This record gives sequence, C-alpha cells and structure tokens, in this order.
Amino acid sequence: MIETLSYEYPASDSVQHRAHVGVVASGNCEILLEPAKDGCASIVVRTSVSGFGATWQAVLGRFFTRNPVAVQIEINDFGATPAVVSLRLEQALENAR
Amino acid sequence: MSLLLTESFAERGARERARALLDPQSFRELLDPFQRIASPYLAAQGVVAQADDGTVVARGTIGGVRACVVATDGRFLGGSIGEIGGAKIAGALELARRDAERGTPTRLVLALDTGGIRLQEANLAILAVSEICDGIVALRELMPVVALIAGRVGVYGGLSLSTALCSQIIVSEGARVGLNGPDVVETESGLDEMDSSDRPLIWRVTGGRFRFEQGFATELVPDDVAAIRAAVERAFEEPRELGPLLPQSFPDPRLERDVFLRAMEIEP
Repeated sequence: MIETLSYEYPASDSVQHRAHVGVVASGNCEILLEPAKDGCASIVVRTSVSGFGATWQAVLGRFFTRNPVAVQIEINDFGATPAVVSLRLEQALENAR
Repeated sequence: MSLLLTESFAERGARERARALLDPQSFRELLDPFQRIASPYLAAQGVVAQADDGTVVARGTIGGVRACVVATDGRFLGGSIGEIGGAKIAGALELARRDAERGTPTRLVLALDTGGIRLQEANLAILAVSEICDGIVALRELMPVVALIAGRVGVYGGLSLSTALCSQIIVSEGARVGLNGPDVVETESGLDEMDSSDRPLIWRVTGGRFRFEQGFATELVPDDVAAIRAAVERAFEEPRELGPLLPQSFPDPRLERDVFLRAMEIEP
C-alpha cells in the first residue's frame, strides 16, 4: 500500500519560482516544488514502496543540509532509487532558482 | 536522415512534446500539475497518482494560429486515460468546437501515447472515451482534427477508436496503432495468434509504417521534432484525404504481412 511520509528541515535561503520535474513511472518520481516563506522546508512523500522511511530521511537530510532552501515539496514516488531522487531534487531546485 | 541531426519527439515527456509542437514561447498550460487535479481513485487501489493525471493540455499557437495541444504521457500507467485525463481531453475538444463556431478557430492536436482506458477507473474512463469520440465528430465537421501518434507506446484500446475518428492522422514509424495490444491478443487468443515478444511481428501488424501503407494514416513522419511540427502545420493548412483502407479486412496476420511486404515493394 501507499506510504505517506512527512519531513521538515530548517531553511535560510529562498527560491524564486515553482518547479515541476519527473514522472510517476517505474523507478522514477514526480516532484512539485513551491517557494515557502517561513524559513522552513516541508516535504511530503507519497510512495508505492513502503518501509524506506530511513532512506528517505537520509536522502532528504543530505539535500537540505547542502541546500537549506525554504520550499514546500511534494514527491509522488514510483520506486525511484536514492540516486534518482537526489537528481530529481537537484533538477527541481535548478529550475526554481 | 542522420540520427545525430534529428531531435527525438518520442524521447520527450508529454509536457515537452506539447511545448515542441507549439510555436516557441507560446506554451501556456491549462490545469497544470500545481492545480493538483489528480485521480482520486488510484490511492485507494495502492497506486500513486500523478499531479496532472498523465494528461497535459496546453494553449499556444501553431503556425501563428491559436492552438491547443493535448498530450498524454505514456510513461505514467501506460498513458492510460482515467476520469480526469479523459475530462481534460473532452473539455479541450468542446472548447475548440465552441471557438470554431464563433469564427475564432483553435487548432487542436491530440498527441496521444496511450494503452487506452485506465482499468482502475474503467467505467468512468469508458464514459470519457465516448465523450472524446463525440467531441471529435462534432469538431471535424468544422475543421481538421489532428491526431499525432509518435510516442513509444502508440495508441491502443479505447483511444484507438477516437484516433480513427480524427480527420488527420499522423503516425511515426516507431509508433503503433491497434485496438487490442499484443499482450492482450496473446492472452486472449494464444501464442499461435500473436507472440507478444515478437517485436518485428508487432510492428508489421500494428506499426506506424504499416498503418500508413494500409491507408489508416494521412501522413508518416520520422521521429524528429522539426519534421513532426511541419507535418502538423500541413495537416491544418493542406488537409489530406484518407486513402481507402486496403484490404478491407485482415482475417490472417500472415496476410497483413504480405500486404505490408508488397507495400514495401518486396515479394512475399
């Protein structure tokens, strides 16, 4: 069944635009990124592969340590590997800047 | 045409395909992913939904004329059409018809890449296909309705019926058009009827080139953005007549192969 995970990270930077990247297809994920105002990054992950909360936390933790941006992110995941998720996050951020 | 000089259309996602068909800088998406009009039925069945339901509707211009491109994404659940995606397509057709009746025509392109209706929301999807067929029949009385089948999936199932109703049908060599997909045919009628792993057979029987030679399509294009853009513009400016379907029926796939070979000027 689908697992929904939520994460929050402190943020000091901001982005200008919203960005949409990726696709809900095998081994891939869709990311909707929108600027947020309150110095906090909040992420909601919906994934068809349950039981990987710790992995998500590690991938997202590393991304927001390097890029402390105030954004609201939704991820619709269809079994993307950590590497694919990291690339999609970088791509979304690049498009949003 | 050299592979290095072409810009693949099939390798793009639905949104990038719509962007490629519309004049540069004219792309404006309706009901974009941030509107979050995703399928409400998938989560309950353990399937993650996509924010645009796999169907992109974009306004813009084609050849400087008002246009609307509908593109389905073959990567999300096989490009299947659910209630939301179906309503987006039917809505675009309805608005195009109203525009044409008001004397301000909107060129509508259906860039389809779909396995057909989405089984998880089957009844609603079937209803949507009938609405889409209605919309095409009404619009084609007023102006050309262009179907572009140039993706990796092609068009199968319910949407192949809609495609057949379009007045201009552009196919690429890599695309396929058929009612039942190869897997379905193999499952229902057995391996003797069709081996769904036999890719040459599948393209011989449902491939774009064969469909064109058969008289099902008005134009055959290579997988190249510039060539496809030109073909779409031509479809509106100099619409072609569909040839007679030859032959009328294909009781035996081997016969289809022979017809194909003759069309290719090869003796079976």
